[in-house]
Amino acid sequence: MMDLSSINPILLVASIMVSATPILLAAIGEMVVEKSGVLNLGVEGMMITGAVVGFAVAVNSTSPALGFVAAALASALLALSFGLLTQFLLSNQVATGLGLTLVGLGLSSLIGKPYEGMKSPTLPKLDIPLLSDLPVVGRMLFSHDLMVYFSLALVVAVWAFLKHTRAGLILRAVGESHDSAHALGYKVVMIRLMAILFGGACAGLGGAYLSLVRVPQWTEGMTAGAGWIALAIVVFASWRPGRVAIGAYLFGGVTVLQLNLQAAGAAVPVALLSASPYLVTILVLVIISARGAHAAPASLGRPFHASS
Amino acid sequence: MHRRTLLSTAALALTLGFGSAAAAQDVTAGFIYVGPVGDGGWTYEHNKGRLAVEEHFGDKVKTIYQESVPEGADAERAITQMALSGADIIFTTSFGYMDPTIAVAEKFPNVKFEHATGYKRADNVSVYSARFYEGRAIQGHIAGSMTKTNKIGYIASYPIPEVIRGINAAYIHAKKVNPDVEFSIIWAYTWFDPAKEADAARALIENGADVILQHTDSTAPQAAAAEAGNVITFGQASDMIEYAPTPRVSSIIDNWAPYYIDRVQAVMDGSWTSEDTWDGIGPGMVGIGEITDAVPAEVKAEALDLKAAIAAGDYHPFTGPINKADGSVWLAEGEVADDGTLLGMDFYVEGINAEIPQ
Amino acid sequence: MIRLEKRPQPSQLWTYLTPVLAVLLTMLVGGVLFAFLGANPVEAIRTIFWDPLFNAQFAGFTRPQLLVKAGPLILIAIGLSIGFRAGIWNIGAEGQYIMGAICGAAAGLAFYPSESFLIFPIMIVAGALGGWAWAMIPAILKTKFGTNEILVSLMLVYVAETILGSVSTGLLRNPEGRGFPGSRNFKQWDAAHNSDLIANTGMHWGVVFAFIAVIGAYVLLTRHMLGFNIRLTGEAPRAARFSGVNPARIILICLGLSGALAGMAGLFEVTGPAGQVSIDFGSGYGFTAIIVAFLGRLNPIGILLAGLLMALTYIGGELAQLMLGLPGASIQLFQGMLLFFLLAMDVFTNFRLRIGKREVA
Repeated sequence: MMDLSSINPILLVASIMVSATPILLAAIGEMVVEKSGVLNLGVEGMMITGAVVGFAVAVNSTSPALGFVAAALASALLALSFGLLTQFLLSNQVATGLGLTLVGLGLSSLIGKPYEGMKSPTLPKLDIPLLSDLPVVGRMLFSHDLMVYFSLALVVAVWAFLKHTRAGLILRAVGESHDSAHALGYKVVMIRLMAILFGGACAGLGGAYLSLVRVPQWTEGMTAGAGWIALAIVVFASWRPGRVAIGAYLFGGVTVLQLNLQAAGAAVPVALLSASPYLVTILVLVIISARGAHAAPASLGRPFHASS
Repeated sequence: MHRRTLLSTAALALTLGFGSAAAAQDVTAGFIYVGPVGDGGWTYEHNKGRLAVEEHFGDKVKTIYQESVPEGADAERAITQMALSGADIIFTTSFGYMDPTIAVAEKFPNVKFEHATGYKRADNVSVYSARFYEGRAIQGHIAGSMTKTNKIGYIASYPIPEVIRGINAAYIHAKKVNPDVEFSIIWAYTWFDPAKEADAARALIENGADVILQHTDSTAPQAAAAEAGNVITFGQASDMIEYAPTPRVSSIIDNWAPYYIDRVQAVMDGSWTSEDTWDGIGPGMVGIGEITDAVPAEVKAEALDLKAAIAAGDYHPFTGPINKADGSVWLAEGEVADDGTLLGMDFYVEGINAEIPQ
Repeated sequence: MIRLEKRPQPSQLWTYLTPVLAVLLTMLVGGVLFAFLGANPVEAIRTIFWDPLFNAQFAGFTRPQLLVKAGPLILIAIGLSIGFRAGIWNIGAEGQYIMGAICGAAAGLAFYPSESFLIFPIMIVAGALGGWAWAMIPAILKTKFGTNEILVSLMLVYVAETILGSVSTGLLRNPEGRGFPGSRNFKQWDAAHNSDLIANTGMHWGVVFAFIAVIGAYVLLTRHMLGFNIRLTGEAPRAARFSGVNPARIILICLGLSGALAGMAGLFEVTGPAGQVSIDFGSGYGFTAIIVAFLGRLNPIGILLAGLLMALTYIGGELAQLMLGLPGASIQLFQGMLLFFLLAMDVFTNFRLRIGKREVA
């Protein structure tokens, strides 16, 4: 017996948008970092730091907006430690990133102890005038909180920045060949550091979205691997902003859809449904890459030292 | 045994490090936790029990703990180290510690072990667990009485007897007061993932459920229900009172404190013996959190009556006639389920229209 | 102005000095952290670094346990390091570890309760094959379609975890386990039990294989043509192609090898320290091994030492929780700091610090 009529497509899409937003925020930030030639595997650690700091500040100030700002700053600060290590002390990026995750997870749970079991103010839904009153799409697309739109706007902004600005061009040049960029007189280390800070701030926003909107509460270890998914989405997107959004919505979409299918009693093995977000992501990537994928930035993960 | 004496004499002889510090207390009680103490659910409540032990005995008891011990390869080492550190009694608070606990207990015959929710015992290993299904019966009653959509959502973790038992107990009692009731069950395949639990709660609500029961540990489903409005929930493992009066209308509370105090006292008195404890509402191991005013007065009264009857032992939540989901007879009229079947429950009762995943 | 100047060749002295300095720095900063949390810093540091090795009360047990804990980390890290050298990013060793455990356990359980001496070897082979097959998915997708192996191997970790949950409550569930999740316990089945080869030494087959893997990797990378080709592929992919190295072959070999080693590590854990296939069997070894691989600078001997150091901080951290009541999170933070300092100090091996203006050459 399979009665899927109880799934309401309008609510489904609305849920998907909420579900995808934290990964989208973290992924678009990490994409910029990787575009500059740096691989920061510490997204999980930065996200959870953002989650706890955002929550703590929102509780204390009763302002979720302030919480988001603080989350972005805190995670950028954490990212700075990664930046100093990898850019000035030339430490290995993969190991440093993993270390950053350990630091973030440990630090966040120490900071978060007093905030367990608390409730925070959450972001109001915007209910955009006129648009939100439209039938179907109103509820589906136009009555979310600000951060949902901010994340999408950020994707557009990053795309425009990389594609149409000089600074974006320089950032990409640094990621493709830091030696040539250096020879042209660009400050490779500073540019990468800026990108790392931006990536940290975005991961912090993603984490705060979890603790302030999507869940909303603080519990130890609450990101539960979302940072890793964000990293995977960047790869999935072949380092292109539009595809980051597609990837995050696809992943979030399948996650929410499989839960809805279970709720509606679909006759599909639960283990298969449970694994479906990962399987679908792999499958779609295989299809995309079979048609020829864009390669990673050529200098990705390679340390840079100006020897001359 | 051999190693234990050898090591402890060595420690005494040297009176170096921790040996001397531990000697000041009469009893050292150790706790092994599967999650962080801040998980707000399962481990949080066990840790509350530990703190209650400290408070009750004051200086006479020292407690030690180790949190986030994975149930796989690291468990046996963690338990052994705790025994070596001079603990007199060790509570291993998750099912997956069963075999490691037994293995370590063999090596430390003078240390008492208490394993939660398992079934393997030894001369120095007790097992204890709570009859949470008694609380589920009361939840089911309230849920069945209050649902308007006749659809109750259930966020389950893994398909294990404990969880299946809870689903059955809730279903039977919801069905009793509301023959039209239906259960939608989501298997989250995790004990703790707030984001996924929140998504699962939303999915259930969007599919028409107006009551959410959960067998996962975080309060995320409560928050999701609060956001949706017109949905009621029940606290799981801990009271989750911050979501009262709605959506949280009541809760099942794991109250380990009396048991822990009791067992530590027994070690102190030298009266500890290996026991098999499966307590419910009566002895206070399962607490029912305050039923809020969001529940109609008569439903609340019925729920409290049910609670009293279960506590007094007058009523067993699994009393026949009950058929299995495949239509075969499980319990005849008036027959009461035996603990063996309940402990290993791997079937749904008649009426739950779903498959248990494998 | 302070700047770094590349040394003509890595400094021998600093190679040995940096880890020591890093550990000292971690002790200093970690001590401040522990003091801040209300513990005696000296006692905390001693508990973490000294007690697992020399404390009279614990060391008899924890010293061999260092090998037990380090064994799987080293075994997995060795496999990963070979791939990393070739620029092949297998991030999903955790999944291969889980699948190795499942396949190996299933192969053994098929013969339960036979006491044949062949059981354990069959399980090792099946475990290796399980990990290998799981790693072949990203390998084949990469060679056939150019699909990025980072994403595929990482996503397959979650799929493996789902399969683990499923078989623990279904296919491999102990029929005598009263309906509870988890397979039969291999410790109670002599033919399949991966026990200490010499009692109380911690030397089980997994540790033996870890040592063999270290030696094997050392020989492969320094003495063998394949090792040279792997390194060439990583360092100069174009040059490798010109000299006739087949990149697809290198991908298949590297991913296959790391998968097989991770699978074997899983099998040794499931039949030894863990004892059974259970829902929570995977506890992050595959991810920690990535840290071990890089901490060891992708060098087999370095990995051996890094694995032992990580094991020391794990076990010492457990003792610190136990004896001093430090929260588990502070140990995690401490490990992260240690890693940071080790990585940061590394720079002095290859660079020297110069103060003052750059000289005109």
